[in-house]
Amino acid sequence: MSAASLIFTGLFYFAAAVLLAGLAWKIADYAKTPAPLLIPTTPAPTTTGGVVLRMAREVLLFESLFKSGLWLWAMGWLFHLGLALVLLRHLRYFTEPVWAWVALLQPFGIYAGFAMAAGLAGLLARRILLERIRYISTPSDHLMLLLLLAIAASGMVMKFVFHTDIVGVKAFFLGLMLFDPQPLPVDGPLYVHLSLVAMLMLIFPFSKLLHAPGVFFSPTRNQVDNPREARHLSAWAAKMEGK
Amino acid sequence: MAGPEIKAPEMRAYPLIPRLAPGAMAATKSYVANEKVQEEIGFPGKLVDDWHDKAIGKMGELLGKYRSLKVFMDSCVHCGACSDKCHYFLGTGDPKNMPVARQDLMRSVYRRHFTLAGKLVPKLVGARELTRDVLDEWYSYFNQCSECRRCSVFCPYGIDTAEVTMAAREILDCVGYGQKYSNEIIGKVHKIGNNLGLPGPALANTLEGLEEDVLEDTGVAVRYPLDVKGAEVLLVTPSADFFAEPHIESLIGYGKVFHAAGISWTLSTKASEAGNFGMFIGNYEQLRKIAMRVREAALELGVKRIVVGECGHAWRVAYSFWNTLTGIGEGAAGGKPDPFAIQLQSQLDHRYRQPMHICELTWDLIGAGAISFDKEANDHRIITFHDSCNVARGSRMGDTAGGQFEIPRNIIRAVANHYVEMAPGTTHEQTFCCGGGGGLLTDDLLDLRIKGALPRMEALNLVAGGQGVNFMATICAICKAQFSKILPYYGFKMGMVGGVHQLVSTSIKLGDK
Ligand code: SF4
Ligand code: SF4
Repeated sequence: MSAASLIFTGLFYFAAAVLLAGLAWKIADYAKTPAPLLIPTTPAPTTTGGVVLRMAREVLLFESLFKSGLWLWAMGWLFHLGLALVLLRHLRYFTEPVWAWVALLQPFGIYAGFAMAAGLAGLLARRILLERIRYISTPSDHLMLLLLLAIAASGMVMKFVFHTDIVGVKAFFLGLMLFDPQPLPVDGPLYVHLSLVAMLMLIFPFSKLLHAPGVFFSPTRNQVDNPREARHLSAWAAKMEGK
Repeated sequence: MAGPEIKAPEMRAYPLIPRLAPGAMAATKSYVANEKVQEEIGFPGKLVDDWHDKAIGKMGELLGKYRSLKVFMDSCVHCGACSDKCHYFLGTGDPKNMPVARQDLMRSVYRRHFTLAGKLVPKLVGARELTRDVLDEWYSYFNQCSECRRCSVFCPYGIDTAEVTMAAREILDCVGYGQKYSNEIIGKVHKIGNNLGLPGPALANTLEGLEEDVLEDTGVAVRYPLDVKGAEVLLVTPSADFFAEPHIESLIGYGKVFHAAGISWTLSTKASEAGNFGMFIGNYEQLRKIAMRVREAALELGVKRIVVGECGHAWRVAYSFWNTLTGIGEGAAGGKPDPFAIQLQSQLDHRYRQPMHICELTWDLIGAGAISFDKEANDHRIITFHDSCNVARGSRMGDTAGGQFEIPRNIIRAVANHYVEMAPGTTHEQTFCCGGGGGLLTDDLLDLRIKGALPRMEALNLVAGGQGVNFMATICAICKAQFSKILPYYGFKMGMVGGVHQLVSTSIKLGDK
């Protein structure tokens, strides 16, 4: 195997390990930190089923963001929807045989790439042009958008300009998953694309990308509004009652 | 004072988001608590020498105790959805009054001390050391947030700046850098029993005087009882209701409702304050200690029901936290043995909601036909309703979500003929804070209070001009006090604000019982 293949093999094992371990650690940390008081932003659902629905609207439709304004919602939603479809489309590199619904998605996945890039470009423009948003942006906020844009662009370059040996790419990733490393096709745009993706995986658990697991643990969104009906008491607060 | 000195911002028909005015409010600092005030409630008297390490230590402790804080520190993506939602930003243009920027005052320090990225590449991720300047900035701007939660409505992750503000104030208190107004009030609650420092005998006098006034006014002997053992209802209400205008009009109203419905009730000297500033300063121990007075009073008096008067944050604490803090509610903790909660819960009458808002009580009575009204008595008023933040976004009334919006409005429509809604986007869950909540109702922050009221005043101005609205009803003692003070700065009459039970009081038929 070439040096490049070896490097990418190592890189992806490392990136996957960091991503999974980092997220698992963060999620465990969120889960074990108590929420001593009931603080749902009301009006809030009064049943668990209602909370599931609220969370689903939040995660799938970005309900709160929609309330805040149409433009930001449109760009944010377009980007995330595009990203989701693109990710699903990529499942074909990790499954053999390719699942039927993934195959069905393929043509949409292509448009999704454009949607994702358009959404990202809009978000970046907003960050630069709007005084308020420029004020709150850190360098990492800009770089994050640029990184995602570069991933989308390098992906589309491989699709539309310099075609990549996707059979070889698939063999590489199936090999990784079966712990039977295979060579990666020699291909500049592919190297760029994969390096950037690995970088994204590496920073995920240490950055604001934690909003993805975070939203599920947000007490203002995931709590049932039933304080009068059921007594909610955290362990550290309960200790005060002994005294 | 001869006339208003501070000028209010101009009201516009179509409000725009202001241009940024960096530093505009940096010098606005409410008075720092002195040694006596601090020490009385168990905080260091002045800024401790090792404040930096203490503050970071406290932050670590809070991150471990409050999931909200931990998740909120990590999750913000700087999308800016909240950036134009704070009334203090809209009124001042100071970028640090944007909710996200306010959070970032703490988040930057969080990143520096508690995240890998902030330790490795602080500049890149906006991480900062907690310097004395940063600490002063915390003091300024975390005392320019009314903890109204409006920003949390719009954040895609539900990040509630109020939670961050509470944590910051808790840290500041613990290093000896507390705010005078809130901490002094907490001291008074413990010493005297209420925020305004009204001692028991004075309270008894006031209530007697009130009975005389109402008798003279209506010819009916409505009672305002204090410390009556065995009464059915314990009413816990903000102490402003005992003597401040227009608050007292609502107190008169509560008494008339109890009288007309024939419910025996009492106030309590020990729990002569519904307000709980423990929430404002984010200190769980104080929050609990202040709430415990109500539990103790209820046990001593042997009441069957606990009803809360018109006070926004008090209702949030009562509705959302009392069961947790004091066992006023239903259901033992997680089905486990819970003798603490059961002691009080077995005394209370669970055919009624516990605790209950006075509006729930009145509305239930109206529904049952137990009280009736001469609606025309309110015909001189064209009424609108200002939703108070803590009621709107931190509590509920009735059995369905959103009852906190419907029930007060239903009461107004049942007791008066002319009701007008303010513009959507300024009411219900998106209501604008009065500008004086969250421990900011102090004259040393008058400038901020006037500017922060701008969005509400603009909405009021539209219905006042268009539909002739001349009365803004609200169910919060802070809203009432704040509006009474700042309405004149905007060219409105001070008496334009009042309670929902003031309207009830005007038109309720007392009959003779
Ligand atoms: S809680 Fe209210 S006052 Fe505080 S930042 Fe949010 S909108 Fe502003
Ligand atoms: S809306 Fe939420 S995620 Fe967006 S900037 Fe504000 S706090 Fe951060």
